[in-house]
Amino acid sequence: MSSDNINLTLNVWRQKSPESKGNFEEFKVTVSPHASVLELLDELNNGLEKEGKDPIAFESDCREGICGTCGLVINGHPHGPLPKTATCQLHMRNFKNGETLYIEPMRAKPFPIIKDLIVDRSGFDKIQQSGAFVSFNTGSAPDANAIPISKDSADASLDAAECIGCGACVAACKNSSAMLFVGAKVSQFALLPQGQPERYDRVQEMVTVMDDLGFGNCTNTYACEAECPKGISVANIARLNREYIVAKFKSNKDVD
Amino acid sequence: MLKLDSKVPEGNIAEKWTNHKFNMKLVNPANKRKYDIIIVGTGLAGASAAATLGELGYKVKAFTYHDSARRAHSIAAQGGINAAKNYQNDADSVFRLFYDTVKGGDFRSREANVYRLAEVSNNIIDQCVAQGVPFAREYGGTLANRSFGGAQVSRTFYARGETGQQLLLGAYSSMNRQVKLGNVEIFPRQEFLDLVLVDGRAQGIITRNLTTGELESHSAQAVILATGGYSNVFFLSTNAMNSNATAAWRAHKKGATFANPCYTQIHPTCLPVHGEGQSKLVLMSESLRNDGRIWVPKKAGDNRKPNEIPEDERDYYLERKYPAFGNLVPRDVASRNAKYVCDEGRGVGGGRAVYLDFADAFKRIGKDGVKDKYGNLFDIYANITGEDPYEVPMRIYPAPHYTMGGLWVDYNLMSNVPGLFVLGEANFSDHGANRLGASALMQGLSDGYFVIPYTIGNYLTTEKPEKVDPNGPEFKKAENNVNDMVKKLLSLNGKQTVDEIHKRLGHILIDKVGMSRSEEGLKEAIKQIRELREEFWTDVKLVGKAEELNQTLERAGRVADFLELGELMALDALNRNESCGGHFREEYQTPEGEALRRDDEYTYVAAWEFKKAGEWELHKEELNFENVKLATRSYK
Repeated sequence: MSSDNINLTLNVWRQKSPESKGNFEEFKVTVSPHASVLELLDELNNGLEKEGKDPIAFESDCREGICGTCGLVINGHPHGPLPKTATCQLHMRNFKNGETLYIEPMRAKPFPIIKDLIVDRSGFDKIQQSGAFVSFNTGSAPDANAIPISKDSADASLDAAECIGCGACVAACKNSSAMLFVGAKVSQFALLPQGQPERYDRVQEMVTVMDDLGFGNCTNTYACEAECPKGISVANIARLNREYIVAKFKSNKDVD
Repeated sequence: MLKLDSKVPEGNIAEKWTNHKFNMKLVNPANKRKYDIIIVGTGLAGASAAATLGELGYKVKAFTYHDSARRAHSIAAQGGINAAKNYQNDADSVFRLFYDTVKGGDFRSREANVYRLAEVSNNIIDQCVAQGVPFAREYGGTLANRSFGGAQVSRTFYARGETGQQLLLGAYSSMNRQVKLGNVEIFPRQEFLDLVLVDGRAQGIITRNLTTGELESHSAQAVILATGGYSNVFFLSTNAMNSNATAAWRAHKKGATFANPCYTQIHPTCLPVHGEGQSKLVLMSESLRNDGRIWVPKKAGDNRKPNEIPEDERDYYLERKYPAFGNLVPRDVASRNAKYVCDEGRGVGGGRAVYLDFADAFKRIGKDGVKDKYGNLFDIYANITGEDPYEVPMRIYPAPHYTMGGLWVDYNLMSNVPGLFVLGEANFSDHGANRLGASALMQGLSDGYFVIPYTIGNYLTTEKPEKVDPNGPEFKKAENNVNDMVKKLLSLNGKQTVDEIHKRLGHILIDKVGMSRSEEGLKEAIKQIRELREEFWTDVKLVGKAEELNQTLERAGRVADFLELGELMALDALNRNESCGGHFREEYQTPEGEALRRDDEYTYVAAWEFKKAGEWELHKEELNFENVKLATRSYK
């Protein structure tokens, strides 16, 4: 397999700490086309460690495209140029011999850089903690088949629930908007009977926290959908807007 | 002298849990807020426990090394979750789920725990639906089911191939609700590095803040570990990159016995290794074996392309050896045989892999027919390998996937260290020597939603642990010990990287403590692991400082623990002179080459007490089967 290895020039973002000024560092690498981008970085780091140099800090976990931990910006695209593919699933055969790659962290004001390619996405947790749940104590549930739910509703809800919370939508958006992420979560519950009792409070609470954390508004460029590794639809943003407006009319509680 | 008491309640198996719940002491609702509980790990078991204990009013601190609690590796489970709902009217029952699980575990699990698991399985599905988990549904609006291995009924609930994700996000959302209500506090990017005992009871933990590198002490009146399994001891496995055994292992070194470490599950249908740079293995659903035929060339070293090898020079070895089950033999049998043919030099694609060939299926149902059934799996395969499985046969090879062994717990899920509870894959209790598909998610949620909320209350009211000062002498001592280890690791300035040593450990284990084990090989493995451990502590090279984000240091600590755990796995495998489930000893097989259990001598749980590095004492918990008759599995 070594015969078809490819040579690449990498420009990787290095930044020691949140406060320090970062810069690109250049590396010349030879890599197997079967390796993923993250395995390329593994090998590069192994070499750096051997030389006693600081390895490139980056995060990943499942490497199956489901945990949402990884999410590098490669040549300007969150998760790289291949559509509907997380960074961990992006293999080097998608790049040409001699190509130059720019690898950066997700850049957005609400996602401060911690070190090198690692950013702080805890804002997503805060948004979910404000209302992305059904208030239902363990033990009090009726039989699971007591409430029939149409297959269409269940499937549409799951389409939204597939979001992996990686933050690519925010990084892709010129406004750093989190509306695709929030829209997906609001939709999952709005489409199911279980989500109805808290429907209008939930959307208001989540949007308020989203705004407070400094995520921007949607101006319909659809960059989020284009870069989303799970292909979450912008229809969820439309639903978020609708839910929010209706909530302002129907909710007994005004959240701001 | 340590004595293991399973604390299984008396009485008929179907009434044990109900009676036990009645007999346990309760904590008055107003008093619950006076108790602090630490939970380490926020996967299915940890998150569900945090949510439920928070609902009850306890003050919960939940720790995870991830940036968010939602990233735990439960999220990657694909297939589904079992429950004895009998929605399909196919004669399923709690007793049948119990029976299938005990048999699937090759009669090496504790009956009472398994029965309780089956009993609460139905509540789990109700709970998850109430939370808004979007399970697959039929057109009439009822829940859909599918079948899984080791069962003759359709009892698996699922959400496409993302069941683990949806269940974890459900538990995570319930936990988040308790965060908002002030009952749960989540500590992300914190790694557990030691357990703190006060007067012999688990009362706190030492963690390292992974962003700043600072060590922190946290105290509580009980500690729950829900930290997953140890498949990454093999370096290459289907586990996530960060999955590790450190929490369980350091608790073990503080006195918790480790049970059945040799019980590991190696899944037969994974993508093969592409080279030394490979970081992890990817699972392909075993459903592919329904239509794919597994073969290798008859001749060793046959380098021809698959389509150039004529039919009579191919060996469909599973069909040849197991005509009744053919390609659908259980996971352990399929994995072991793949290893054998590759050991004979008949592996394909230049190394350790076998073909999974759909040519016959294409003829029978057409390429479109195959696409309908397995399209997404074929896409995954094509994306990862760059080969078109519609044109050339898939190449597959087994990969470590799940560990049945873990910290020993009693019926209350408490380890032999008072106040230390262990949930989910981290404990040993429910799967015996082999886990059935779709049972891992069931166990994680059973432990977290429906068992620990009851049993921890009984501990707190009976033992009455006091609040302790996290700056007390026991904490300072533990913190100093951790600090010494961190310093020692960072002082090492050898030639090998942490990953290089980890890979070498993986090679020893997969070769000698993997799918097939022998006395000779195990003894060799123990010797080699000890030597490698020496090498690690003298020749590994670390970079960076303790007081900063340092991923090399994180991995080094985990690999140091794997180097001790690996030896215990080999020791346990050497002690168990029989073959059962995922543990196959070459000396103990039937004349036909099948696993030979030795019930007279080995119907026990092997729980190992740590004495010092490389030295353990064995304790046995005898297993009694009163409701299921011991029988031999046969797939001929």
